[in-house]
Amino acid sequence: MADNESFVEKVSKTQVWKSIFRHGPPNNARNRAAVVAGNVFLHLHPIKLKKSGVQLGYTWCMGGLTFFIFLALTVTGILLMFYYRPTAEYAYNDIIALREHVPLGIMRELHRWGAHAMVITVWIHMFRVFMTGSYKPPREFNWGVGVILLVLTMLLSFTGYLLPWDQLAIWAITVGSNMAKATPFLGNGGPGAAFAKIGDFALVSDKNDVRFQLLGGRFVGEAALLRFYILHCVFIPVVVAVLIAVHFWRVRKDGGISAPL
Amino acid sequence: MKAIINYLSDPVFSFTGIIFFFFLGIKHIEVVASKKFATIALILILIIFGWMSLDPVFLSIVIWPDNVPIIFLLALVIWSTWFAIHKGVINDQRMAAGEPPVEGTPENREKVWAWPNLVYTELFAIIAGTVFLIAWSILLKSPLEEPANPTWAPNPAKAPWYFLGLQEMLVYFDPWIAGVTLPVLIVVGLIAIPYIDTNPKGNGYYSFKDRKFAITSFLFGWLLLWIFLIIIGTFLRGPNWTFYGPFEFWDAHKVVAANNINLSEIFWIKFLNMPLPKNIFAREFLGLILVAIYYTFVPVFITRKFGQKFLITMGKARYYFLIFLVLTMMSLPLKMYLRWFINLKYIVFMPEFELNI
Ligand code: HEM
Repeated sequence: MADNESFVEKVSKTQVWKSIFRHGPPNNARNRAAVVAGNVFLHLHPIKLKKSGVQLGYTWCMGGLTFFIFLALTVTGILLMFYYRPTAEYAYNDIIALREHVPLGIMRELHRWGAHAMVITVWIHMFRVFMTGSYKPPREFNWGVGVILLVLTMLLSFTGYLLPWDQLAIWAITVGSNMAKATPFLGNGGPGAAFAKIGDFALVSDKNDVRFQLLGGRFVGEAALLRFYILHCVFIPVVVAVLIAVHFWRVRKDGGISAPL
Repeated sequence: MKAIINYLSDPVFSFTGIIFFFFLGIKHIEVVASKKFATIALILILIIFGWMSLDPVFLSIVIWPDNVPIIFLLALVIWSTWFAIHKGVINDQRMAAGEPPVEGTPENREKVWAWPNLVYTELFAIIAGTVFLIAWSILLKSPLEEPANPTWAPNPAKAPWYFLGLQEMLVYFDPWIAGVTLPVLIVVGLIAIPYIDTNPKGNGYYSFKDRKFAITSFLFGWLLLWIFLIIIGTFLRGPNWTFYGPFEFWDAHKVVAANNINLSEIFWIKFLNMPLPKNIFAREFLGLILVAIYYTFVPVFITRKFGQKFLITMGKARYYFLIFLVLTMMSLPLKMYLRWFINLKYIVFMPEFELNI
């Protein structure tokens, strides 16, 4: 008997294996269910699902890839944080150092190209969800969660754009944040702002409008660098992570990947 | 040849052309969905792109590392559009013949184990994604320019590519519209889609016939007003946001006649031969009325003409919100053509309130 057992089967009887996995290798129905239900990561999946939903031709795996890239960006981003200081004095030089002193360094590349890729995959994911009509009931709410994720993905990428502190960075952010100046009522140069006055005192000035709040100053300077750094490394990623959790939960609760009714 | 392409890629022609081909494609969707069409299109694209890349000016813009993602985006957009249409048309034909869509065949409705069917696919995707990112990162260095210098602005100063659609809109609209109002409405409009679109068909499978209007208008916004504007903003806008053909050297001294005028000037000075009235509202009354008409009488007219049916099935709130969104979306191409044909700068020009439309 024992001679016919495969290597995996033998290993799966050891105490170490049992302590980690609690069940045998997933080669029969019972264990396949156990492995998906018992593993914290795999239990995001249902144990069984419609064949149409697992086909690559249906989902294009674009949501999954977006999530994967998000994780990859988290890892590479944390590694970059070891080297990078968000001050006007150090930022640029730290980026140079990343290029010149870190052996085989492709972390910055991975992070930058990954960020571009995530914007692309999230767009294509949305496109797929639209084309399969998967936003229709009961998935209306999850589509909305998705749209917020889409916006946050682009904001993540946008806030990160400033951090290298080179010409490309500050001028791209200057162009972008100048838009905030034109916000109706809330921006110093926007329609309606001129009306917000008490006597001669303008309530919405370039020292307190939305652009000022975003940049922490009247132009893209060191305060903006710090703000963008914190938004980019802490605030937005945390919100995105929470929303992704909601998004996945709802994919399951709305009946799994959509299929014809 | 190159001069002709430079000339024709001016948005006046290229945008008009692509609108024409878009609706031609929608009309003959079965042709577009065929594999034969895809093969021919692919070969043509590769030949044209290959030939264009022989040009050093074009090549230098394309292989600029931060522009490379746009090439990937384009490839994915073209492929995904075709693929979704292809699957949709197959399903349309199946359903016309009384069969269920491919996703709904008994075989595809069967349940399968997540392990290994799904988990292995994901593993494969993760590995492929990792390899792809690493290869990309080894091949292309991440760019780094001169250190930040707040006193010297590069020309052109471009936003990241995924916002270039918005930056391109700045040519036609003031920042309060292009940079704030339209983006907000895009987001609101996207979130509203499931609540506006009450068509129960086409849920959970690719289709076209069942959702003709929804798919056509989404594709119009996505392909023509978003992706196409990004392409123009990235590849065809040089110093001072001036238009440059794909083979045209970005010469910062290219002079473009700036003779755009406001509607109020056209009306009072050119048409009535009068000075502009002092009173702002008198001066701008025509533009204000036109904008008001656009959002009141035009919806009424549309409803009379073809909307009655939808008004009843969708309900008032949904229907008028949809009309509002569609009109707002169409205001962009409208303003583009007004600019190109009559050099119109602003329909309403009230710098006193920073309110220019
Ligand atoms: C950070 C961004 C996002 C992540 C990580 C993400 C992830 C996912 C994943 C893994 C799925 C499972 C199916 C699939 O892979 O296609 C999914 C489904 C879904 N996503 Fe997203 N998504 C994101 C953004 C979006 C956006 C922008 C939208 C739409 C505006 C959206 C709407 C949906 C909907 C409605 C489903 C259910 C699809 C179905 O049942 O067929 N998601 N998402």
